[in-house]
Amino acid sequence: MVAIAGSVPGDRSDRAKRLFFWLLAGLAAVAVLSIGTGASGVSVLDAAQGWMAGNLDPRDALVLKSIRLPRLALGMLIGAALAVSGAVMQGLFRNPLADPGVVGVGAGASLGAVFAIVLGGMLPVWMGQHAVSLMAFAGAGYSTLLLYRVATRSGRTSVATMLLAGIALGALAAAMVGVMTYMADDRQLRDLTFWGMGSLAGASWTKVGAALPLILPAILLSPLLARGLNGLALGEAAAGHMGLPVQRIKLLAILTVAAATGASVAVSGGIGFIGIVVPHLLRIGSGPDHRWLLPNAAVLGAILLCLADIVARMIVAPAELPIGIVTAILGAPVFLWILLSRKGVGAL
Amino acid sequence: MIVAEDIYVRLGGRVILDGVSFRALPGHLTAIVGPNGSGKTTLLRALTAEVPFAGRTGMNGTDIAHAKAWQLAAIRAVLPQATPLAFPFTVIEVVRLGLASGISANRAHLAQQSLARVGLQGYEGRMYQDLSGGEQQRAQLARVLAQVWEPVLDGQPRWLLLDEPVSSLDIGHQLVVMQIARDFADAGGGVVAVMHDLNLTAMFADRVALLAGGRMVAQGTPAKVLDDANLSRAYRCRVRVNTPPDAGTWLVPHAASV
Repeated sequence: MVAIAGSVPGDRSDRAKRLFFWLLAGLAAVAVLSIGTGASGVSVLDAAQGWMAGNLDPRDALVLKSIRLPRLALGMLIGAALAVSGAVMQGLFRNPLADPGVVGVGAGASLGAVFAIVLGGMLPVWMGQHAVSLMAFAGAGYSTLLLYRVATRSGRTSVATMLLAGIALGALAAAMVGVMTYMADDRQLRDLTFWGMGSLAGASWTKVGAALPLILPAILLSPLLARGLNGLALGEAAAGHMGLPVQRIKLLAILTVAAATGASVAVSGGIGFIGIVVPHLLRIGSGPDHRWLLPNAAVLGAILLCLADIVARMIVAPAELPIGIVTAILGAPVFLWILLSRKGVGAL
Repeated sequence: MIVAEDIYVRLGGRVILDGVSFRALPGHLTAIVGPNGSGKTTLLRALTAEVPFAGRTGMNGTDIAHAKAWQLAAIRAVLPQATPLAFPFTVIEVVRLGLASGISANRAHLAQQSLARVGLQGYEGRMYQDLSGGEQQRAQLARVLAQVWEPVLDGQPRWLLLDEPVSSLDIGHQLVVMQIARDFADAGGGVVAVMHDLNLTAMFADRVALLAGGRMVAQGTPAKVLDDANLSRAYRCRVRVNTPPDAGTWLVPHAASV
């Protein structure tokens, strides 16, 4: 943008840029809160004092290093991934209700992950410890592509078709997950149960390492899609008329959604609604321009998921709720609110 | 120059265009007219490579079917019949989308000039979704104008392809929009407009292409093409063309069919 940008009424780019820095500050605050919250009772102040004085209690150090810090890192990573994949998918489908968790893409990722857990022996050896992530990525990618094919006719996506096809796709994936569960042995069943709860409880540096190679590129490369998704808001034909490489943008968007959704489902199960709530709040606050929406969504997604995780850990302490329950309680009403407000839905 | 030769388009098992040849010159406003379902919009879509077609199309010597999207975007802009918008953009944000690509990139001030041109100055901060249908159509025209702001660039004419640009406008704004198209052509650019209103066509167009049933019925100056016989044959109703010496051309359709 040239220098006069921002002086024009209706131009919200300055507001969106300022918001990014406020969100970063918010993320730092939430990080401190998250590190200080947990069953063991280590406070941030204790930890900081101990660390500065060089006499941090070894037990506290262990709690911080191998429980709270990986949990915070995973929360930020997954939160950012869910929000960015939601924003990209909504841009691709030109609809604020398209969320990977709602329209069956999460279910497709789950199917891929379950396949890897139960029938892992059939997969090529080179996949190794990344088998669950990679299969979830494949499941998410395939279901996004299928959904787009079904719901889009001559460049326009029907919301009704998209939501209904998402229900069918989700049901089909759930049924196949059921078949896999039926085939699973006792050890696999235990893996499936823990994984399926949608939780950050088992966070470890290994899980962060498994998710990072898919999520980080998706988040960092997503701004490359921004102009394309802005153009797509006018429809595929108009985007093409403006000189955008529409097919390439769609492919890159589907890959981004699949990588971010697949990796987050693989390490933390299905966590819903972050992908709807975050982009929606940001569009209200600073407009739908994807150049700012995507980076802001990454940060706000990280903030909200870490906050939800803190709530999940505190509300029934010392036990904890699966985080998916917390995000659903917060997110489902927002989904209904968008559905009921004519403006948010746009051309239904 | 825009050239289309022997265009065949088949959609859903039906032949929509059956060997249509069409020509538009820079400096001219060329109108495509014809009854509903005659293939007007499909011809425009062939010129924008939106529908698969057999035949040859060229724009300033570039093969339209095989050109890259960005190459075409640099020499022509397209106004569709209706543009539903997915997200709550403000009017200025919508117009700036037209600047996002192609040669006009990063010339933000053009957005405001373009809005003023279509009579929407002061609308910058309004939400696009809150505008009336006619205002939305003019905001889209502003976006399209911003994309090809200079009618001639580097000695090459640029093109406005408009699909029913005045369909939801009141009579005052119909004249405003037609005058914008007229001025673009007078400045050396080329305009191809799908039109329903034959009176506006007679007032503003340099050349008229009359389609019926997927075939070209007549092509030429309005005086030549818009006559009683051609129009009655194409529209299947009796049309009388009046040409009073002081008021240009005006048409009166009759109720009875031929």
